[in-house]
Amino acid sequence: MTEHSYLIVLLPAFSFLMIVFFLRWKEKIASLFSIAMIVTSLIMSISVLFETIARNGEAYTASFTMAQLGSFKLQLGLLIDPLTAMMLVVVTAIGTCVEIYSIGYMKDDPRFSRFFAYLSLFLFSMLGLVVSDNFFMTFIFWELVGLTSYLLIGFWFEKKSAADACKKAFLTTRVGDLGFLVGLLLIMYYTGTFNYEEVFAKIGMDVFPPAMLTLAAIGVFCGAIGKSAQFPLHTWLPDAMEGPTPVSAIVHSATMVAAGVYLTARAMTVFVASADASFFVAVIGVVTSLLAATIALVQVDIKRILAYSTVSQLGYMIMALGLYGYDTANGHHSPGFYAGTFHLMTHAFFKSLLFMGAGSVIHAVHTNDIRDMGGLLKKMPITAPTFLIGSLSIAGFPLTSGFFSKDEIVAATFGHPVFTVLTLLIAFMTAFYMWRLCFLTFFGKPRDEHRYEHAHESPKTMAYPLIFLAFMAVFVGWTGIPALSHGFASFVFHAEPYHPHADWMNYIVSSIVGLSGIGLAWLMYYKRKIDPDKLAERFKPIYTLFWNKWYFDELYDIIIVKPILAIGRFFWSFDANVVDGAVNGTAKVTLLWADLKWWFDRWIVDGAVNGCGWIVRAFGSLLKYIQSGRMQFYGLFILFFIVAAGIYKFESAYLNGWIFTDFLEVTTLFVILIGFLSYFAKTIVPESTTKPKREE
Amino acid sequence: MDILLNELAGRPVFWIISMIMLVSAFMVVTLKNVFHCAIFLILTLFSVAGLFVMLNAEFLAAAQVLIYVGAISILMIFAIMLSSNFAKDKIRMTSKNAIVVSLPVMFFGLGVIALVVKTIVDIQPLWNRDPADLTALPADNTMMIGKYLMTEYMLPFEVVSVLLLSAMIGAIVLARKERS
Amino acid sequence: MLPYIAVAAVLFSLGIFGVLTRRNTIGILMSLELMFNAVNINLVAFNKFVWTDALIGQMFAMFIIVVAAAEAVVGLAIVLLLYRNWQGINTDNINIMKW
Repeated sequence: MTEHSYLIVLLPAFSFLMIVFFLRWKEKIASLFSIAMIVTSLIMSISVLFETIARNGEAYTASFTMAQLGSFKLQLGLLIDPLTAMMLVVVTAIGTCVEIYSIGYMKDDPRFSRFFAYLSLFLFSMLGLVVSDNFFMTFIFWELVGLTSYLLIGFWFEKKSAADACKKAFLTTRVGDLGFLVGLLLIMYYTGTFNYEEVFAKIGMDVFPPAMLTLAAIGVFCGAIGKSAQFPLHTWLPDAMEGPTPVSAIVHSATMVAAGVYLTARAMTVFVASADASFFVAVIGVVTSLLAATIALVQVDIKRILAYSTVSQLGYMIMALGLYGYDTANGHHSPGFYAGTFHLMTHAFFKSLLFMGAGSVIHAVHTNDIRDMGGLLKKMPITAPTFLIGSLSIAGFPLTSGFFSKDEIVAATFGHPVFTVLTLLIAFMTAFYMWRLCFLTFFGKPRDEHRYEHAHESPKTMAYPLIFLAFMAVFVGWTGIPALSHGFASFVFHAEPYHPHADWMNYIVSSIVGLSGIGLAWLMYYKRKIDPDKLAERFKPIYTLFWNKWYFDELYDIIIVKPILAIGRFFWSFDANVVDGAVNGTAKVTLLWADLKWWFDRWIVDGAVNGCGWIVRAFGSLLKYIQSGRMQFYGLFILFFIVAAGIYKFESAYLNGWIFTDFLEVTTLFVILIGFLSYFAKTIVPESTTKPKREE
Repeated sequence: MDILLNELAGRPVFWIISMIMLVSAFMVVTLKNVFHCAIFLILTLFSVAGLFVMLNAEFLAAAQVLIYVGAISILMIFAIMLSSNFAKDKIRMTSKNAIVVSLPVMFFGLGVIALVVKTIVDIQPLWNRDPADLTALPADNTMMIGKYLMTEYMLPFEVVSVLLLSAMIGAIVLARKERS
Repeated sequence: MLPYIAVAAVLFSLGIFGVLTRRNTIGILMSLELMFNAVNINLVAFNKFVWTDALIGQMFAMFIIVVAAAEAVVGLAIVLLLYRNWQGINTDNINIMKW
């Protein structure tokens, strides 16, 4: 089956094309077709996973050349190694759940088919990103998931907030992608190839200057920063919650945002080669995680809390990977790689569960604000328990998935006390804000009776995925139990297999941390022993800071948006005044020149022509009277010329050219005479001329 | 002035006839009433006949009186009476170009006179011929005319008679009322 | 013979004047007769004072009288025709000799 794994990628693409071209108006068929395709992909992925396990994690590669540019090849290819196999299953499994869930959630939406088309396109892009065997193909699919993310966030583009959010998401991730491109090209420049295995082999051969390697690693990580919403580009993810909840569940929690973690894991060899870059990654991870956790503490929008939780958890993974790279570069063993990827998997399941649960709740009460909820446990017998299971998992309740994966992350920080303390602090905060959410939503008295009355359990298509995911949220982590000799750790490994051992101390500490977080939430929001409002009043500056998300949006507005707008306005004014001025000036000069030529044409050229006509007309208007039609005037004319001829003859014969010396004078006299006669003829035109009246 | 008086005194009959002729001719071209014009035309033609007599052309004078005065003038008067209500016709009978016309006409008349004078001065022999050389006009030139008409001027005579015939037929054709 | 010629010239000039100025067609015909007569005077005078052989001048004058008679006949016929067709013989109104 592994050799046919390209089908896993292409089936959703086929589904997308079919829906777009043929099934656009057949909503039921479109959704079922789409689900059929992704289920097929899921089955194949599971089969590929087992085959990979059977191969002992040996990588399978296949590629074909898309373009040959000199010695450089542009290739599309498959790289099926344990990491890929794991991701394939995660993506297809969650994809299946989400598509089934969407049937219920997106019911009655006017663009139902389009939603499934977009989802299929997203799954195609994500799977392509996962199986890619080179940086270039990864980049292509990387941008494709960015595009589908844009489309899905802006799915309800009638809402201005959704339209703004999709723009923000697209542009913010583009910033990171620029860094990714720089890193990618640096790698290409020094190694001459994009292929992962060849690049990793070349890095071992010292073709990179260390500084450049660090720069390339940080560049690649920039892509992860953008896509995984890490500090300082984390602001887009909470806004991305404007999209439909199934989208949040798959794109913005489980898979696409995990692509940054996946990329970091995939390019781990590059990070291992540069301790500085790895440390940078770890710091970014922990800072993001802390930042997001603190913001999540005070938010009231159910989806935003989950979004910040996602950012926080992604920071966790990134930190683990970064610490792995740092430790390995310094020659230490570290569970970081295994921990990060393990948490990636478990998180994908329980976070998509939480999002879908949240979607179900929103579906029931039609609000996002947890202050308007409460007591929903009775009303939602499936959603509430599954949601609570997800919350237990993320809080690190013993024996849930989150418990095992979080333990490994804590274990990865050993040797770096600051990281350890911060990690535990974040774990505590995570447990607290998640259970704050749970208590406010499902326990206590309903705060909005009207909404409570109308709350109802979601349809089965939405409930079944929740049950499946709740099951996974508990048990998928059991693959990483240290007692298993061939567990997750020995399956997914980077350089050499890591064999975890049960660290009871760690287990106890992290359990206490998690349970204390839950306990504090229980005290504050269930028992009401501590009044959260008073607490907020007491720590008002910090509360305000958290409430306003550390003012990052405002900060970006001031340092990026405003200057860019100012520059834009400047260039606009430059354009409007100078460039347009030049263009308009040219146009004006041309117009002026044209006017001049028009004037010349009108008065000089036409004037000459018309002048000729006018002169002829003037002569004609005078000379026409000569032909008066009256016989006597003709006689007079004859007489005049006889006399003139006589005078001329007399003068030339007897006065020897006294008056008329040359032809010109004679001509002049002639013309004057004719003019006089014409004028005279004009004066004697009778008042009325009667036409001949014939006798009948 | 003396020359003029001498001339007038030298041939009074000629000048009297000439003056009558010129004055009546002037009346012909200027009078308003066309019937009066016709009367003055008859007077002019009589004067011309008188001049012919003075030039020893008696036959011509007779023909002048017969043809012009007797035929043409009467024809004119008939035409006047047929064509217009002359008695009431008191409008100006000369057209507007009379003043302009008079200028070249004067030029023309004076020019002709000057030309004649000049020619006489220039060609003395022709004009001041010795009377001995000049064959005197025969006294019986009327008879001579009859002879010449039947001999030397036979052909022109016949042509003229044909011309008269055709003119007569033409006049009849023109003046006749068209038959519907 | 100079006075004869001078008188004839004046008579001829008056004839021209009449031809060019009369508004009445019959008046024009009369003026034409004056011009014919002026010519005749000239011819006869020349016959007497310059060249008497074969009576050329008188014969010429006689033919002119005949032709003038024919001319007068035809002319007056035309006048009558004009009168019938134009209801008048005023030359101002007879301007068809154009265009």
